[in-house]
Amino acid sequence: MSPLLNVDGISKFYGHRIGCKDVSFDLYPGEVMGIVGESGSGKSTLLNCLAGHLAPDTGAVNFDTRTNGMCDTVTMSEPERRMLSRTDWAFVHQHARDGLRMNVSAGGNVGERLMAVGARHYGDIREQATDWLGRVEINADRVDDRPTAFSGGMQQRLQIARNLVTGPRLVFMDEPTGGLDVSVQARLLDLLRGLVREMNLSAIIVTHDLAVVRLLADRLMVMKDGHVVETGLTDQVLDDPQHGYTQLLVSSVLQV
Amino acid sequence: MISIENVSKSFTLHNQGAATIPVMTGASLQVAPGECVALVGQSGSGKSTLMRMIYGNYLAAAGRIMIDDVDVATAAPREILQLRRYTLGYVSQFLRVVPRVPTVEVVADPLLATGVERGAALARAQVLLENLNIPERLWALSPTTFSGGEQQRVNIARGFAYNYPALLLDEPTASLDGKNREVVMTMIEEAKARGAAIIGIFHDEAARDRVCDREIDVTGFTPKAAA
Repeated sequence: MSPLLNVDGISKFYGHRIGCKDVSFDLYPGEVMGIVGESGSGKSTLLNCLAGHLAPDTGAVNFDTRTNGMCDTVTMSEPERRMLSRTDWAFVHQHARDGLRMNVSAGGNVGERLMAVGARHYGDIREQATDWLGRVEINADRVDDRPTAFSGGMQQRLQIARNLVTGPRLVFMDEPTGGLDVSVQARLLDLLRGLVREMNLSAIIVTHDLAVVRLLADRLMVMKDGHVVETGLTDQVLDDPQHGYTQLLVSSVLQV
Repeated sequence: MISIENVSKSFTLHNQGAATIPVMTGASLQVAPGECVALVGQSGSGKSTLMRMIYGNYLAAAGRIMIDDVDVATAAPREILQLRRYTLGYVSQFLRVVPRVPTVEVVADPLLATGVERGAALARAQVLLENLNIPERLWALSPTTFSGGEQQRVNIARGFAYNYPALLLDEPTASLDGKNREVVMTMIEEAKARGAAIIGIFHDEAARDRVCDREIDVTGFTPKAAA
């Protein structure tokens, strides 16, 4: 099996400060990788470089495209990258309002991504949008409501529906459960886990919540000051951390 | 099926003066298909540590841990995941689940992961739960609120849902009553009969004598204190 994503030596500097330095890894189809570290460790910088939101200073992000095989998304043209980001890629923002159009109905939010890939039949779009709202546990009678009338947890689920409706193969998630209360978080995690398996999604999840990665991620990458300090199987990194920083991180978690 | 050669392990605590604690050295053992081997030794002697190294949960410092043709000590994460999905099962002492997921799905999960059709996986899960005397009215609830014994039985059902060729059992009969203990004993015997290689930790001596073919004393692998 060949990797879906091959990241090779990605670095990003903000002036003389390090954003992230020399990050390399492979991600295979169906695999979920977690990136953990404290604030300022370079997790989000790395995620944004991978997703094409930030231009890295060095390195390549090779993605196995459906038509042309492995392509470096850093050097590909802007239209090609945009096409990728509305078809095979999805990006779930920490704050749902960054990923949604707040003044368009819930159905419209989901439908927009379908229209971006060429869907034009109103009935079909509405039907698919309603189906997806159901899959993320939003009642069909809310399809015409704007996200401003939704709770935080519902907005996050709507954002996920909007992202997954086009059947992407790779999902980037930036703190998907941040800012949600624990019961809503549990529901969202359960939903994400189901979708990942059902759609054979690959995902990269940035979070500082170790409990979230334990439940969702197969593999883990630990970052500190822009560098990757440890990688491995999620439960191995959490139960038998090798690096001093990871040990500190794991032992700092409060027991409930 | 399972072959361990010269495995050693130490823990380095970077945040506590970089203290290095050697916990195991020269651990070697073999388990053939259809055989059940018990790890014995007093509490703290390294039974669970060895078992966790075999599962890939702890990193071995040196040596080889061969399961089928995969060396767990050096395999990449995705090889270990593949191994855990199709070859190596583990019944831990504690149940760890996603909140909100119904018990029957928790048990069916390992089957779904191997691509078994949903209906068949749930049917198998129901049979297991029934055999382990989990009342049917609890099947649709999340096991997080169950009693200790019930959680352990759910954990066992989950560990036996898929017919793994190799199984690790960490005290599967602790906190079970006589009737359920008997059910678990039968399940272990059935697994042996179909050719599974099993490594177990049993504090219950009667259980150990009944299902285990051999005992390995892990205190033999404890590093000698530096004189």
